[in-house]
Amino acid sequence: MSAWLMQPRTGGLLLLAAVMVAIYLAAPNNFYLDVAIQIGLNAMVVVGLNLLIGYAGQISLGHAGFFGLGAYASAVLPVHLGVPPLAAPFVGMLVVGLLAFLVARPVLRLKGHYLAMATLGLGLLVFMLLTNESQFTGGPDGMAVERLRIFGERISGKDWWYLITCVMLLLSVWLTLNLIDSPTGRALRALHDSQIAAQVAGVDVARFKVIAFVYSAMLASLAGSMSALYSGFVTPDKAGFLHSIELVIMVVLGGMGSTFGGIIGAAVLTSLPQFLTVFAEYEHMILGAILMAVMIFLRRGLLPAILDALRRRRLS
Amino acid sequence: MSHLKVEGLSIDFGGLRAVDKLSFEIAPGTIHSIIGPNGAGKTTLFNLITGIYAPTEGRVLLDGEEVTGLPPHHLARRGMCRTFQNLQIFDRMTAAENVMLGRHLQETTGFFSHLFRLPAVVAENARTRERAVQLLDHVGLAEQADTPAGSLPYGALKRLEIARALAGEPKMLLLDEPAAGCNAVETQEIDALIQSVAEGGVTVVLVEHDMHLVMNISNHILVLDYGKKLAEGTAEQVRRNPDVVAAYLGQQADAEAAHA
Repeated sequence: MSAWLMQPRTGGLLLLAAVMVAIYLAAPNNFYLDVAIQIGLNAMVVVGLNLLIGYAGQISLGHAGFFGLGAYASAVLPVHLGVPPLAAPFVGMLVVGLLAFLVARPVLRLKGHYLAMATLGLGLLVFMLLTNESQFTGGPDGMAVERLRIFGERISGKDWWYLITCVMLLLSVWLTLNLIDSPTGRALRALHDSQIAAQVAGVDVARFKVIAFVYSAMLASLAGSMSALYSGFVTPDKAGFLHSIELVIMVVLGGMGSTFGGIIGAAVLTSLPQFLTVFAEYEHMILGAILMAVMIFLRRGLLPAILDALRRRRLS
Repeated sequence: MSHLKVEGLSIDFGGLRAVDKLSFEIAPGTIHSIIGPNGAGKTTLFNLITGIYAPTEGRVLLDGEEVTGLPPHHLARRGMCRTFQNLQIFDRMTAAENVMLGRHLQETTGFFSHLFRLPAVVAENARTRERAVQLLDHVGLAEQADTPAGSLPYGALKRLEIARALAGEPKMLLLDEPAAGCNAVETQEIDALIQSVAEGGVTVVLVEHDMHLVMNISNHILVLDYGKKLAEGTAEQVRRNPDVVAAYLGQQADAEAAHA
């Protein structure tokens, strides 16, 4: 069973698709589908962020900024620039990709705490921009988002959005797994362990860090756009520092360097506040406690720890 | 024409001059050793040649072209590769993946092919893997191909680094103490490995403390002391040089005498 799970290309994707179908069939009402959609959207960000943090070893505390920009692209572009709602997410992705590309080189020269601080600053900058430019963004109160129409059909039901989210998450996972098992993925993992040895072998370290950063930023932007179109409303909170931290905790909790682990991390952290009302009241305290507990007891994350335990049981 | 030419190379760390106005040449296809007491600047010299440090002054020429201050990945494209005295292993990758990374510059598919996993990428992955396993076999690690490198013993990692460096098909290979911490049998294996690499036409530059190994296989030896050139020449010439005997070999002879 665990050997099959470890075949990420086929087994993992099939299992993920099966779980998606099972959730749809088993969900007793729309509330569960709503939670599942939010899990899927966060998971899309986490899958990209895991490539950056877990594989390439580069921290970002600002990815909610890219999520927020994507969300506002869906809201602002149709209203102020006349971009069709269906095209807005993709225009947003390109703009965010360009922005990430421009900041990536100077920022990713930094290491450790300095990189964390610089990406934190980037996220705060985006948050302030979205909050302050209220003539375009509605300021702290946020703004409504024009609903998506495909062939004149209004896409707003939970069933539709569950389908779209599942397809996009599967696609994101597939693309990310492709990258990991390619020369690009090897270069990213290598520069994580020894930047100098990677360079000596001919890896242009700066270029590959930029690739991981831009890729993860564009996925975050797309998920943000989808989230805005789904909920029909955006607020700057989505771009805020706490959302960035939540995303990083999802990566760390699920397992750094484990693409499917990250999805589990997203599922746990997104659903907890929905199902435990006590969680909602003390959300940030509990988030902090989870992060500390994972760092102390489960440093490799949930999924790698579970797979290890299964393997050990099979061997003994 | 010399494969590598170093002219008046110096580097300062704060007030300390670690390498001082050093000039020498390395002929293609030879085994060139750099020896000297601890702290003589051997590894610093390696770091200068391979672009990890930028020199304070002086020039480095590779195949007659100036490469001073070029970053390591540019030098790799010109056929230069190296190993490290304090191992630089990709611990979380398997032994095979470590060597596969060494073929980074031989891999030609681009980012978008990787993203969509085009058939060319699948074929390339297979080719890279096949070559990596061959090289692992060459250094006696074929059975450990799928073991995470972080769990391999020290001697195996030394050989893994050599396999990774060879994977890039370098024209010049710099080995920083490849036999350090290896037993007599392993040292002999590395000796044979280096000679077979040189016979294949690769220029080998060697930093090594094992005098037996150095004297055995080197075509040319450069002796450093306090970052300066103390002597150079063939093994025989260096062995007879009184300055060298005084500064380095003598110390070791004394040490060996003390052990006896």
